[in-house]
Amino acid sequence: MKPPSFEYFAPTTLDEAVALLAQHGDEAKVLAGGQSLVPMLNLRLARPAALVDLNRVTGLDYVRAENGHVVIGALARQRAVERSADVAARQPLIAAAIRLIGHPAVRNRGTVVGSLAHADPAAELPAVAVALGAEMVVTGPNGERVVAADDFFVSYLTVDLAPGEVLKEARFPALPPRTGWSIVEVARRFGDFALAGAVATLTLDDQGAASDVRVALFGVADRPVRVPEAEQVLRGERPDDDRIAAAAEAARAALVDPPSDVHASAAYRRHVAGVLVGRALREARERAQASG
Amino acid sequence: MKRAIALTINGVRVEAEVEPRKTLADFIREDAELTGTKLGCEHGVCGACTVLLNGEAVRSCLIFAVQADGAEIMTVEGLAQNGQFHKLQQAFWENHALQCGFCTPGFLMSSYALLQENPNPTEDEIREGLSGNICRCTGYQGIVAAVKSVAGSAE
Repeated sequence: MKPPSFEYFAPTTLDEAVALLAQHGDEAKVLAGGQSLVPMLNLRLARPAALVDLNRVTGLDYVRAENGHVVIGALARQRAVERSADVAARQPLIAAAIRLIGHPAVRNRGTVVGSLAHADPAAELPAVAVALGAEMVVTGPNGERVVAADDFFVSYLTVDLAPGEVLKEARFPALPPRTGWSIVEVARRFGDFALAGAVATLTLDDQGAASDVRVALFGVADRPVRVPEAEQVLRGERPDDDRIAAAAEAARAALVDPPSDVHASAAYRRHVAGVLVGRALREARERAQASG
Repeated sequence: MKRAIALTINGVRVEAEVEPRKTLADFIREDAELTGTKLGCEHGVCGACTVLLNGEAVRSCLIFAVQADGAEIMTVEGLAQNGQFHKLQQAFWENHALQCGFCTPGFLMSSYALLQENPNPTEDEIREGLSGNICRCTGYQGIVAAVKSVAGSAE
């Protein structure tokens, strides 16, 4: 239960960090909050030759509202984002998702951007990023590029980051007016990774019909997934209980091959995913209606 | 390659040369020789190794000692003053909040951090604040009762 040896670097600028990452290629891992990486090191599931610790880089711990987005820097701790007034006012779904992550001591260290880069398919924040259409700002030896969340998450613990690149910030679109949101999950214990979870947002027009609806699931595939089959059932329609039930059924039916393991069978995950989509959509509808 | 680091633990400066892979928990136990901090799972699940890093509760098994260079650490040994139990320790004793005691340092530090942030938590807030600590003896009722008994009382 002790990590293997590694070379340790603690750069103080992002440029220096990128240079170190480029130099060590795929032998290097980025260390931010460490709440996923360090357990993997302690269990020797990961054996990087070099760790590039971002924690001494100044100016990366920002959370701010900018051009209709909530922008979160690589070192912003989950606890700080959870408590941010900008997040509460503009994109409360992020704070709600963070409250489902681990426990206070984990969130004091863990970062939002680190969770996105780690890309556990059962994690909450990647699903929120996919549902909201967040943008990932990647920095590397060739400069900066912006990747849509849906393209960023490739597969199990795999994202669109080349050796030498680092995820510098994530930009989440602010919640539009008359929009409700919800994130719900089933986990074995409070704070555990979800067996399955659902994220929903629902925007109502003047007639009370759904002008925009977004549904994403986590824990049911090798990456967080949008569920257009469920969204289509509601788009342009009044989100009454029957419609939402139909959307939930569409989500359940759309799940091709959810994972099966000792904690939950594929059939159970598929069933729970449908139930959670229904629950999330109803809660999102209530919030949208309450928002005026 | 070892690195020279200096931390302040419970107000005392501790200097040592450590391998980068040494966790803060092992540094506290082996280099600072403060064995009150316990290691249960060593991968961030059990909460036994909880300490305060610059005032915030963290899992010391998930931070490397080199990362804490220059930081202020508080461990369970920092609670009692002048041979007198901290009110939380007294409350744990009075409420049968421990049996074997292995998880207790972690629970005390999580409770301490919770009360620093929220001096008068509700029972639900206490349960959420302590949800990252595992106890296999008590069934938690005594622990929650202990924290509740000091909630709202002055430092």
